[in-house]
Order: sequence, then structure tokens, then C-alpha cells
Amino acid sequence: MSYLISGESGDWEVVIGLEIHAQIVSSAKLFSGAATAFGAGPNTQVSLVDAAMPGMLPVINEHCVAQAIKTGLGLKAKINLHSVFERKNYFYADLPQGYQISQYAEPIVGEGTVILDMPDGKTREIGIERLHMEQDAGKSLHDQDPKRSFIDLNRSGIALMEIVSKPDLRTPEEAGIYLRKIRTILRYLGTCDGNMDEGSMRADVNVSVRRPGEDLRTRTEIKNVNSVRFVMQAIEHEVERQVEAYESGGEVVQETRQFDPTKGETRPMRAKEFAHDYRYFPDPDLLPLVLSQDLIDHVARGLPELPDEIKERFVADFGLSAYDSGVLVADIDTADYFEEVANGRDPKLAVNWVTGNLFGALNKAGLQITESPVAPESLGELLDLVEDGTISGRMAKDVFEEMMATGKDAADIVEEKGLEQITDGAEIEAAVGRVIAENPDQARDVRDGKEKTIGWFVGQVMQATGGKANPKMVNELLRKKLLE
Amino acid sequence: MTALTELSLAEAGQGLEASDFTAEELTRACIEALEGGRDLNAFITETPDIAVDRAKASDARRADGKAAGSMDGIPIAVKDLFCTEGVLTTAGSHILDGFTPAYESTVSASLKDSGAVMLGKTNLDEFAMGSANVTSYYGPVKNPWKGPGGKDMVPGGSSGGSAAAVAGGLCPGAIGTDTGGSIRQPASFTGIVGMKPTYGRCSRWGIVAFASSLDQAGPLTRTVEDAAIMLGAMAGHDAKDSTSAPIDVADFSAGLKEGVKGMKVGIPEEYTLDGMPAEIEALWQQGMDWLKGQGAECIDVSLPHTKFALPAYYIVAPAEASSNLARYDGVRYGLRVEGETLDDMYMATRALGFGDEVRRRVLIGTYVLSAGYYDAYYRQAQKVRTLIARDFREAFEQVDVLLTPTAPSAAFAIGDKMDDPVAMYLNDVFTVPASMAGLPAISVPAGLDGDGLPLGLHLIAKPFDEVTLFRSASALEEAAGFDARPPSPKGGTS
Amino acid sequence: MSLDKDTVRKIAFLARIRVPAEALDGLSGELSNIIGWVEQLNEVDTKGVEPMTSVADMDWPRRDDEITDGDRATDILANATDPEPGPSGGDGGFFTVPKVVE
Repeated sequence: MSYLISGESGDWEVVIGLEIHAQIVSSAKLFSGAATAFGAGPNTQVSLVDAAMPGMLPVINEHCVAQAIKTGLGLKAKINLHSVFERKNYFYADLPQGYQISQYAEPIVGEGTVILDMPDGKTREIGIERLHMEQDAGKSLHDQDPKRSFIDLNRSGIALMEIVSKPDLRTPEEAGIYLRKIRTILRYLGTCDGNMDEGSMRADVNVSVRRPGEDLRTRTEIKNVNSVRFVMQAIEHEVERQVEAYESGGEVVQETRQFDPTKGETRPMRAKEFAHDYRYFPDPDLLPLVLSQDLIDHVARGLPELPDEIKERFVADFGLSAYDSGVLVADIDTADYFEEVANGRDPKLAVNWVTGNLFGALNKAGLQITESPVAPESLGELLDLVEDGTISGRMAKDVFEEMMATGKDAADIVEEKGLEQITDGAEIEAAVGRVIAENPDQARDVRDGKEKTIGWFVGQVMQATGGKANPKMVNELLRKKLLE
Repeated sequence: MTALTELSLAEAGQGLEASDFTAEELTRACIEALEGGRDLNAFITETPDIAVDRAKASDARRADGKAAGSMDGIPIAVKDLFCTEGVLTTAGSHILDGFTPAYESTVSASLKDSGAVMLGKTNLDEFAMGSANVTSYYGPVKNPWKGPGGKDMVPGGSSGGSAAAVAGGLCPGAIGTDTGGSIRQPASFTGIVGMKPTYGRCSRWGIVAFASSLDQAGPLTRTVEDAAIMLGAMAGHDAKDSTSAPIDVADFSAGLKEGVKGMKVGIPEEYTLDGMPAEIEALWQQGMDWLKGQGAECIDVSLPHTKFALPAYYIVAPAEASSNLARYDGVRYGLRVEGETLDDMYMATRALGFGDEVRRRVLIGTYVLSAGYYDAYYRQAQKVRTLIARDFREAFEQVDVLLTPTAPSAAFAIGDKMDDPVAMYLNDVFTVPASMAGLPAISVPAGLDGDGLPLGLHLIAKPFDEVTLFRSASALEEAAGFDARPPSPKGGTS
Repeated sequence: MSLDKDTVRKIAFLARIRVPAEALDGLSGELSNIIGWVEQLNEVDTKGVEPMTSVADMDWPRRDDEITDGDRATDILANATDPEPGPSGGDGGFFTVPKVVE
């Protein structure tokens, strides 16, 4: 399926690449021992190194290196055993050193792949170009004072991974799915918390358009987009802008742009007199990062199961559809929750309850699955009660609602409210007999061929038994009594 | 009190141990000399109160039987490139006006822990860029040695203040930094010993960075033995410096007086320059004879890429400096010139804050790293550096040390060589190659030129082989018997 | 290679050092002279030679992932021109610069 923009002069294809900046989960910064936690008082999580005081020197945090390796493996990418930190030189108030320590010519991770689960059930393979480590910059506040900007260096020096995709994405939707997939993988690995609201993950979006079959045209870069929704919107607007430019005989200039979600437009960032010349060179304060294959293998052995693998396992072991599995593995907590419910039980039942009833209730209450008042063991118990006939499926829905509200166990609720299903054949038969006797006209209708009225009878018997009769047995007995 | 300030560092240490005098007496003698020697402009900041405090503490330790070692109670001067806690640190620049670090450099802290007494922060070429100490915001330093007719001569640079302080008899030892020769060349110009250890031997943490892959701290003293003692209190692995070598501090004085019998001394043919002053050539030859006389063998070796070391240095060092000096922007410390916009502030601050030589090197450095030029200049220079290091490695397969002159001339007059930066750069022609290869090297005072100005000889050893370096330097020192002294700073001759 | 005034102006901007117009000629001459001198490096055949990455020949030094630093806003701000106190009741403070328009 190709996504094409129809312009006045013909069709346009969209080419998208994403550069994701992901904050590495670590206690301390990449090259200094200051803390990385969000929300501290300004400049309280700043070491002399982070403040670029004279004579200060960087020493690398080993854990951050391990996190980058893990991430590379999770992206099925090549880990480069030799990589180099380089200085990216430019001046800005939130960059105290006047350079950012990054990686340029030799990044720690090379090419890889990410598989997207598309809504139509198909998969798409998106190439990863590279992943490298770099320092984050500090924060500038421009709205605190009429004449001055305030600088807080708490973020300065925090470890980031920059994940660069190949320009393989072709639609805004794909870009959204890709971003979500990366987020999922990183969260599974525990290498980034993917929290775009807090800024621990953000995307730079590269967009260009071309005639199908053409070479790549000029692209623009939309910087620092901090939500999946905005990424998709930004792409849509930028594509529209570029197509319009070409269609009206104009051109697209290579530039950096910003997305304004309130106005729904991208606009150029403040024009600089000269283009940035970063003058990259290997940082002489650091040694090349030389890794052994043993280390890589060791990290690989310690990797948790990744979403694609779990998805395959769910399909194989539980017989779930690829689609259902995909939904479940999108979040590691959901996958874990589901697996605990499904073990030793009917997986289809588990899927329906988790993705239907549980998700619905959690959404309504505004809760994450990790905050669920109903623990997976408890949900499992509820399903057991349904499976063994203690309560009907429909009754279970009410019980579940009660569980969500009170946090009580299913068994307790059923007992307290006397909701056990009636499965005693004699009792049901008696009730069926009573209802048939009280409704001779309807009984005649059924005998005359109106099968549908059986449904009405079922309803009547259910009412008479306070909803507790086993509907299947009711149905069977009704048919027996009415039609024989 | 002149006698105390005439003592070598070793002699002072022995005297303290023998209770011939107290550390306080020694320190006060140096303080007095310092005050009398202000004409040299060797110091930017004098710290007599700190000095006396530390001297008293040393005496107390010694009385308790807890003297810290051979540096305990020894007064030293500290180049104003080392960050010293609570004490103004300027790097000889306007741009660090008022900068008072809340931290102490590892090397000066190490010396402090060894009981050394800091007399003050010495003057230097701005950001260590220079070979005559004429680029300091705080004015030029004068060489205690006077030129013909009493002319003021340069002490060499960039550690000119440290060299002048030791040569002028103000203190027995000083620390400096050497990037392309900034300890060795001023030592040669002022008739003292100056030594640059192997790259990574001393920590760079807390030293205002000029060229990260070249900067090294080192001692300036009157004798080789003194330098070995001082280095012992300066060297050591520092986990805060990723380029610090994880290598034990050797006893650098081990076998110091054992001589050079059987040692092989390499004489690199490429160090014979066209137009080399006859005196320098003669002194070099004299050095070879001295060592041969002591039982060493002199062997001709070739270091084919020698002549490219200086131009390569003047690409690599400015490149690294241009990046290292980007942090001096008025935002977090030092001078700030206000501006309408952030860029205005940067541009005005750095224009006023940096002197001409610093500006020159930052611009050169920026240029050689810039798009389109990186491969031709910086990358090429780093490749040439690999070749230079390889030359030395191959030479060291045949010899134990190398002997060369330290500088292509004696000290020149303040104000000379100012027209052409390159003329000034050529001062480093003999010292730079060892810097580019990260090798330990030392200058030993060996003689006087026709104008009575000191000339030094230069030894280079294998990586981390400071022991051999000091041993051969000690033999050279003994043979040279250099005992000339400059006129006392107060006037008159000693 | 000769550096013309325009190049010097661009380089000076990259380095954020204001050079007054009247100084550009002289500076251009000086820098051209230095670059001309270092260009002798082109004579060296460096085919197959790796650039020196580090003089130090050892395994890369590293640190543990532990919080060992920070919490010293006073030291950090001690030498700043015109620092701004942090939000009232809290720790820390800000550096300030002329307002940046993004």
C-alpha cells in the first residue's frame, strides 16, 4: 500500500526519517557523578565538570555504555567494538563547555532493524542507521524575566542515546508506530523510560517528498517533537507545505524547523547568519571506547525477552492471533499481566478479559495497568470461577466491576452476594417448569415453530432465578420441555 | 637570610630534618626574597599568609615526628594555570578576572599533602600560549639573567614566572606545565632544571586546559635531584582524569647518581638545523663528550619526521585549544562584557578577555577544524604525529636516551621576535617532538653563550622511563658543573 | 592557502570573538602566514597511517553509576556574574544571560 499525496501536477511520495533522543536510565550522568533525577532545584544536580569549570575532565559512566549496548542488541544492530567520542563545537548558553561530547564518525552501534506491526496485520521492516551516545544540554528559561534568560544546568551532561532511522518510513502513521515501537523496546530493556512528557524521549523528524521513483529531494528537519501525536501532525503539515512549494514552482530549502501544535504549522527556527560548522574532532580527554566481544555476549545473555519474541511466543504457545499478541506486547507490563492470567487457563478467555474488560475499566478510571486494583492473580481467579461454572460469564462482568471498585477477591464477592450460579438440574427444571406453566400462550408459540421465543423464555427463567441459573442448562431444559 | 634561599630543595629538606632551621624560617626567607624580587614580575598572586600557615603546620608535624616526606616544609611557587582552592587563578588572562576556584588541582593538592608550602601563583604566557612570557595580561616576566648592557631578557615561556622565581633565588622549586616546551625552554633560558614527565604521569585535573593531548605538569628546580624529588610528590594516577596512566609512582631518584656507564645515547641527526648558532652546536658536541667521558656510548640515530613536528604541533595544539577555550564565555565565571544579545555578549567578552596570541591560536584552531579543512590540516597533523612517535619508538630500540639542545638560542630581549608569530614558534623546535610523542624530557643547564646567557641541553627518554632520564641528566649535570648565577634581583651580583 | 578578510570574519564568528573591521587585514595576513607555514605538512606521505587517537596506551577508564557529585549549587554559582536565586523556598539558583529569542 503506498501513501501518496495528490498534488495538482501528480502524485508525491513521502520520505521520513526519525532521530530519537532517548535519555539513558542511569543514576548518574554520562561523564560526571551528578544525579539525573527529574525536578530538582536549579543547578543542584551539577558537578564542576557539568558546569565546565576550568581544568575539569570527563570520565565515562560504564553503566551508560552497557545500556547503549543493550539497546543496540534490542534493535538487532551491530555493536561496534571500536567507537570514538568526538566534540561537537558550538556556542549556546545551555552548553557550558562550548561543545557537546558526542559520537560522529565512529558510533557505538551500527545498522539494525525494527519490525513494525501494522494495523492490517502485516509487518514492515524499518532500518536503523546507527545509535550513538551523547551528552544532553542544560535548560534555558526565556520567560522568567523581561531582559534575561535563566540557565539551569541540571540536565547538562545527562546521557542520551541518539537513535537514527534510515529514511524508510513512508507515512505519518508509520512514523507514529515506529516511535511507539522504539519506545516499547527501550522500556522492555529498561534503558529508557520513554516518558515524552518529561522529556526523556523526543524526536527530530526529517521530511522530504518526491515523485514516486525519483531520487531523494531536499529534506527539512523538525526538531524536538515531544509526542507521537505531534510527530504525525508535524509530518502532515510539513508534507503539505513542501508539496505546495514544489507545485507552485518554488523550492524547499534545507533548514531546521519547529512544530507549533497550537497553530498546526511548522516554521523555520531562528535564522542563523552562518550554517553550523560543528568542527567535530575526537575528544582528546577521552580514550577510544574499545569493547570486547565477550562483553557484548555477556550483555546479550542478560537481555530480557523482547516484544517481538514474546509476541511470537504468545502466538505459538497460546494460539493467539498476531493482532491480539501485538496489542498485548505493546507494553511490557501488559504482556507480563496477560501472561500471568493466561498461564494454565483458556488464553482466548484471558485475552478477551484483559484487552476488553480490564483495559476498558482502567481507561475509564484513568489508571495504568501497573496501578490496576485487580491484580493478575485475582483476575485469574475470576476466570477460574467462570470456567468451573460457579458463576456465569455475564455474572462475572458484575463481579469484575465490584473487584475494580473494592479491590476484593472474586470468591469473596460471589459468596457475600450469593451470586453462585445455579447448576442443580432439579432446581432449574423446577424453575423452567414453573415459567412454562405460567406462560401457556408463549409455550404454544414455540411449539408452533417460533424458535425465537425460546430466547424470551430463557430471559424469564433467568429473571425468576435472580440471574443465577446456568443459561446453557436453562436453554437445554427449555428446549427439552417445550419441543419434545 | 640569603643563605637559606640559596639552598637546593634537597639541601633544604635535609636542613629541616636536621633542625638547622624551621620551615617557617625558610618560608619567611623566601617571602622576603619574593618581595625583593618583584621587579621580575614573576608572581601574579603572592600568598604569604597561606605560606606561613602551611610552614607552621609543617613544623608542628615535624615536632610530632610526623613529617610527611622530603617535600614537607619546602616552599614552592605554583604556575597560575593550576586551580588553587580559594586563591585567585587567572591563567595569565583578563578573561578569568576574579576567578576563585572552589577546588584544588590534583597536582597542587598532592604537593600540599606532601607538606609543600605555596608561596604564590606565578606569571605565565596567557593560557600557556607562548615561549617568552610576554603575552600575559599581567605583564611580561623578566629573566633574572640580564642581557648585554643590562637589557631585560625574556625568561622563556610559557612557565616564565616559575622559571624566574627559581632562577632568581626566590624559592627552591616551582611547578609549571609543558605543552610544547613550556617548562624545558624557560629552564634553558634561565639556567635551571626543567622537566616534562611522560604524558599521563601527572594528572591534568584542575589544570586550566590548553592542549589536552599535550599538557603535562612538571617541576622547575635548580638541580636534577630536586626535580626527581618534586616529581615524586606530583605524579600518580588520578581516576578523575581519563588520560591519567594507571601506573605506580616510581622512586624517581633511584640510581640517580649511578652514572651512564654502558648507556647508549642517541644523537638525532635531524636536530642539526640550517643556520644553527655555532654556540648551540658546540654545546651539543660538548654534551656528547661529557657523556662519553662518563662511559656512555653516543650513537647517531635518525628521526626522519623531526622537522614536521613543529608545524604539526601548531595545528594540533591550537585546534584543541580553540575547543578548550570555548568555555570562557562570561556566563559562569570570569570577565563578562554585557551585550544586547547572547552572541554580542560572547563576542565582546572574548574580544576583550583574550590577548592577541590567544586570539591568533583560537582562530587558527577553529580554521583547521572547520568544514573542508579538517582532513587537510588536523587529520594530516595527527597522522604525522603517529609517524613522529614511530620514529622515536624505532630509535629507542637502539638507544636508552636521546641528547639534543633545548633551544635554538639563548634568551632574547623582551620585545624581540614580536613581528612574526612564526619566529616566536621556532623557539620550540627542539622541545616539541618529545611533546608530540608524549615522551619524558628534561633540560639541564649546561653553559653560557657569548653574552653570558644560559644554554641548556635536552634529554629525552622512553615512555615512563623517568628514572633513566633523571640518571642521565644527573650525569650530564655533574659533568657540566654549571654554577653560574644571575645577578641578585635586588641588584649587585651574588 | 591565504585567508581573506571574509574567511577571517566567518572564523571569528564561529569562535565568537569580535574582531574590529580595521583589524581584519592585519589578522588576515598573520593567519595566512601561519597557515602557509604549517602547510609544509602536505609534503608528508601519510598513506596508510592512522591518525594518533591518544598518546596514552591503556584500557579506557570508567566510573561506576553512582551519585558522587552535585548538590553544590553555591560553588557552581560562586563566580557567576548576575546569578539569580532559585524559586523561593527551594535550593539552587540560575545563571543569567541576555534574553535569547528562539
